Amino acid sequence: MSPVSRGFRGRRRPDADPARVPPGQHVTDDFPVLSAGPTPHTPLDKWTFSVGYGADSVSWTWPEFRALPAQTLTADIHCVTRWSKLGTTWEGVPVDSLLDQVEHDAEYVLAFCDGGYTTNLPLEDLTGGRAWIAFGYGGEPLEPVHGGPARLLVPHLYFWKSAKWVRGLQLRDDDEPGFWETYGYHMYGDPWLEQRYAGD
Amino acid sequence: MARAALRRRLTWQAATVDAVVEETARARTIVLSVPDWPGHLAGQHLDVRLTAEDGYRAERSYSIASAPGEPVAITVERLDDGEVSPYLTQELRPGDVLGLRGPVGGYFVWEPADGGPLLLAAGGSGIVPLRAMLRHRQRSGATAQARLLYSSRSQAEVIYAAELGQLAADGVEVICTFTRRSPAGWTGYARRVDAALLAEVAWPAGQAPLAFACGPTSFVETVATGLAGLGYPAGRIRTERFGATGAR
Amino acid sequence: MDALDGNAIAGPLAEVFGTEMTTATGICISCGRSSQVAGFAVYLQGPGIVARCGGCAAVLMVLVEIRGMTCVDLRGLSSLG
Repeated sequence: MSPVSRGFRGRRRPDADPARVPPGQHVTDDFPVLSAGPTPHTPLDKWTFSVGYGADSVSWTWPEFRALPAQTLTADIHCVTRWSKLGTTWEGVPVDSLLDQVEHDAEYVLAFCDGGYTTNLPLEDLTGGRAWIAFGYGGEPLEPVHGGPARLLVPHLYFWKSAKWVRGLQLRDDDEPGFWETYGYHMYGDPWLEQRYAGD
Repeated sequence: MARAALRRRLTWQAATVDAVVEETARARTIVLSVPDWPGHLAGQHLDVRLTAEDGYRAERSYSIASAPGEPVAITVERLDDGEVSPYLTQELRPGDVLGLRGPVGGYFVWEPADGGPLLLAAGGSGIVPLRAMLRHRQRSGATAQARLLYSSRSQAEVIYAAELGQLAADGVEVICTFTRRSPAGWTGYARRVDAALLAEVAWPAGQAPLAFACGPTSFVETVATGLAGLGYPAGRIRTERFGATGAR
Repeated sequence: MDALDGNAIAGPLAEVFGTEMTTATGICISCGRSSQVAGFAVYLQGPGIVARCGGCAAVLMVLVEIRGMTCVDLRGLSSLG
């Protein structure tokens, strides 16, 4: 039980359009670095990205990946730790175009990353122009601390689903909980329904 | 002793600011009044929680700057882009309240019975818990020899400068190194601590010294690696890493 | 981003376990390395606190605050005491 500290506000920006701020969130101008482990540094000549379903998989090297058509997008992002950052700009390859390369009837995806991080999503949430493998942020190459060389970007879900240092998508018939989901976070994570923890 | 008889459940409580002392342009000591404070050990820290009116919360850990038996105090160094330190060093005033949990820490602690000779290595605001140890050593009349290696960016950022001068006059060896700007006429060390500097400053391993290193992770790891390379057993090197925020 | 060490979680651990934990010894279930909690590599900024083995970086301990209650997962340790 802690008292209110007179005059304490934190670093928040007060003047954001409330319609863009999900319940329980506050807007920040910063881009906080959150991590569950050390920043990996996979050399680009060793980096690959793969999409697999059962025994089938397709894989891209970094040059092959960067040769794919990419998009620039602007999105609001919402972290389960309660900060939101509005109007962030990214450059990335739409996940739709990557999923098109594999024949599957999977319903779920487990994204896996350098350093061992994983997160799970319904496959549908990676389609319809709602997800990217992002390699650029704010007009620059994505920095390692923010997930570079490439991270998953799924802005309509809490940002722990936008897995940093992503190396591939495992398409699955079952919904296998990823890292934070295993420790009690929500399997889906819709910020507008405030689905932070399992059972919300 | 009453303290030993009580088994307090460690949880958040309210603390009141009694006084603030400006140590440097960026660092301030905050003296706190904590109900039922059980006393603390030199090197321990406490966790501070600030709650805004709308329920927004931020938590940080700060080393206790005062010796056992003195009023509880923390020293906070302001980071320009910090969230908590600008508030604590600029806005907070006597009478204000904050959430507090502590004291905590049992590893990074020195008591006179632990002996010496002591090698204390401070990187920036890592000086805070080591200052508590030096105050405790002085107040308890302990005879263990003590040597402080203190790395700061510049003389203006040396915290407790006058007190360290007084400790030096009382027999504590204080060795400063400056990493950005040295004072005019400075003939001492003017670089980041490295293995060579440690080799010149550290007690010989044969004297069974006890080392405490506190500061940013890179500083602490350089010191720990360097001392291990000089033959200090791992159990005689205690480390406490601060984050880039200066606090944890 | 640099890891901190187990000293940084002295408070949350004391609150959960009811006693000082930084001097407790943990054994990594992945590599067998034995270390005091103070020697764990700790990542504080995140949806939860992750403490990793200072040797092999395997996850030893995860603390998550769920609806005001701190839950601690110790599956990465074969022992802690």
